[in-house]
Order: sequence, then structure tokens, then C-alpha cells
Amino acid sequence: MRDKFWILGGLLLFVGVATLPTWRDWETHANTRPPALVLPAHAKQCVAPLDFMRGSHMQLLLDWRQSAVRENNPTYVAYDGKTYPKSLTKTCLSCHDKREFCDRCHDYVGARTPYCWNCHVDPALGKGAAR
Amino acid sequence: MKITRKEFLKLSGAGLVLVFGGRELAALDRAAGATFPGGAKPRPRKQWAMIVDTAKCAKEPGCTRCIEACDAAHNIPAIPDKAHEIQWIWNEPADVVFDESDVQYLDAARRDEQIPVLCNHCDQPPCVRVCPTGATWKREEDGIVMMDWHRCIGCRYCMAACPYGARSFNWVDPRAYLANPNPDFPTRTLGVVEKCTFCSERVVAGKLPACVEACPEKALLFGDVNDPHSEVREVLSESYVLRRKPELGTGPNIYYRI
Repeated sequence: MRDKFWILGGLLLFVGVATLPTWRDWETHANTRPPALVLPAHAKQCVAPLDFMRGSHMQLLLDWRQSAVRENNPTYVAYDGKTYPKSLTKTCLSCHDKREFCDRCHDYVGARTPYCWNCHVDPALGKGAAR
Repeated sequence: MKITRKEFLKLSGAGLVLVFGGRELAALDRAAGATFPGGAKPRPRKQWAMIVDTAKCAKEPGCTRCIEACDAAHNIPAIPDKAHEIQWIWNEPADVVFDESDVQYLDAARRDEQIPVLCNHCDQPPCVRVCPTGATWKREEDGIVMMDWHRCIGCRYCMAACPYGARSFNWVDPRAYLANPNPDFPTRTLGVVEKCTFCSERVVAGKLPACVEACPEKALLFGDVNDPHSEVREVLSESYVLRRKPELGTGPNIYYRI
């Protein structure tokens, strides 16, 4: 075991580098827990069950876009028979706040903010909130 | 009787043409009819159209209420630079709206009379034929020439094709020129083409287009030109109307009552 120094040293270096993100978070006291999202107070139920929305909200939005814009079918009938306008602003954002809800999760998982917002207007902007 | 190989091939070829040729020719004929203006292409079930009553409109010189209503409803930015301007409905002098040869002896004042112009929602829209992505299309259910800004790649072929100049391109970010965007309608983004959609979002909810509703003189009339009992058809049956550049065969659906 003449190379003990190099082998152990190399292993240590590897473990150090591999766990660097953890050390960095520890050093900067970063909060690595998922954001505790505040659910809307005045609505008990989303347009689809929670599990579906968590995993497939993007697919739902794409389907809405396709059928509202291209097929002239602006009303969504939810699984429980309720109807909603197929609209990001009028339906989703009437309960959820973009910055408190969409952005925090997208930031946490590192999913770049989709370019929906280049055109679709966050209604909170109109109420004098900072941009 | 002996038949040579050459004769056999000739005869069987002629036989094939006799049996199948008629059907193929008929199909070709149908396809040609669908491609050329004035051909046998069926009109949409409904065709929204608009009649601009120029006499009523002229009663309020300088009025821009229809334009303002449209701008507010659709987040149309007020860009001062004429080269970057976005327009869905706007005013043009009479000699620009109609071929100048038709108005050459008009008084200068009448020639400069401002007449609203917008997308003509043509029967044979040239913009639709050239769009490479299907971002603009003619709706079969009501004849609106619709836009899907999600699909527009900003190539501007449609702008080159439109003989009415009804389309605008976003050369700059329109958000910078919108103080308070209306959240009920999206703004557009840098690099897409836009135009009047005949207020498809209001029409689907059973409302009239914003410009029609805002006109104080009721100079704009909106309705289904395919319905023989509609108000639009009633007016068209008893008045002289002009359409812009009908000679191009685009079949514009904006009528100007003279």
C-alpha cells in the first residue's frame, strides 16, 4: 500500500467534489425544502385532482390552448361536471397567484419559467404590484 | 387471330384508361375547383361579415371610438414610431381605401374622409395560403380568418400576401408600450404577426365585436352574410356597396355602404 496517500486523498477529493452542492447550500444556509405552497382559500377544488395537476398541468394547458384557440371550444368540463373557461388568466390565475404559486415551484425544480408570460398577462400586474 | 406483344400492351393500357380514367379525371377536376378562386370550394357554414356605413361614419368627423375600443380590448400598444405600429382597425383616407381611379373627381375633402379599415376575413385568404405553420387559417364554422400566436414564427409571408395591409409585425416588445394591459386578452410578443380576429373571443360568447359595440352612430353592422334573413343581407339587398380590391378574387367580407 505504497499509494495509500494518493488513493485515500483521491477518494476524499471525489466525495468532496460530488457533494459540493450540499456544502454550498450548508454554507449559504440555503433552504432546500420544497416551497410550502399556499392553496387558495376560497376554492376547495382545482379543475382536476391534485395528483393529475401536479404531474400533468402542462399537458392540460397545452390541450386547453389547442382546443380553445384552434377548435373554437372555450369551455372545459371538469371531471366533476363543473365547467370552466379554458383560460390561464381567467381560470388558473383567478385562484392562484403567479408569483406565489407558479413561480416558486418552477424556481425550486429549476424548470425555467415558460414563455406563456411573454403574452399572457398576470392580473396581479394590473393591481399596481411590482413587475 | 394473332396479337403481337406490342398490340397487347396498347390494348390493355387503353382498357385501363377506359375503366379508371373517368374517375381520376373527375377527381382532378374537383381538386382544381378547390384551388382556384371562384371554384367549387364550399363556403363556410356561416360567414361573419361587416358593413361599414360610410355616411353614418362621416357624421362624426375625427371619431376614433371603434379604434379605441379595439385597442383596449386587445392590448394593442400605442407605438409612436410609424414603422413599428400595430393596427387591427384603423382609419385611412377614402382614396387609399378605394382605388384612386374611382374617386379621382371627388372633392379633396371627400377624398380625405377617414374610413375605417380592418382585416377583410376573405373567402379566399391569400395570407392563409402562404402561412407555413398553420398559424393563420380560415375557420370552417364561421369564416373568421383566425390567428394562433403560439404557432406564428414571424416569417411575415402573410404580410407580403395580404393585399390590404391588414397585418402588423411586432418589431419591438409591445409590453413596453402598454401601460395597463387587459388581463382578459393576451398581449403579443416580439416577432409575431397580428391582425383583427373579428373579436372571436367575444363572438363565441354571443357578443358583438368591440368596434361595432363602441360606434356611437351604429355605422358598423356585423352579421352572417350566408344567412339570407340576417340584417346584413337585408342591408346588402337594398344598398350599393363597395368592397376593397374585389378584382383580386380574395372575396373580402367587409362591405362599405356608399
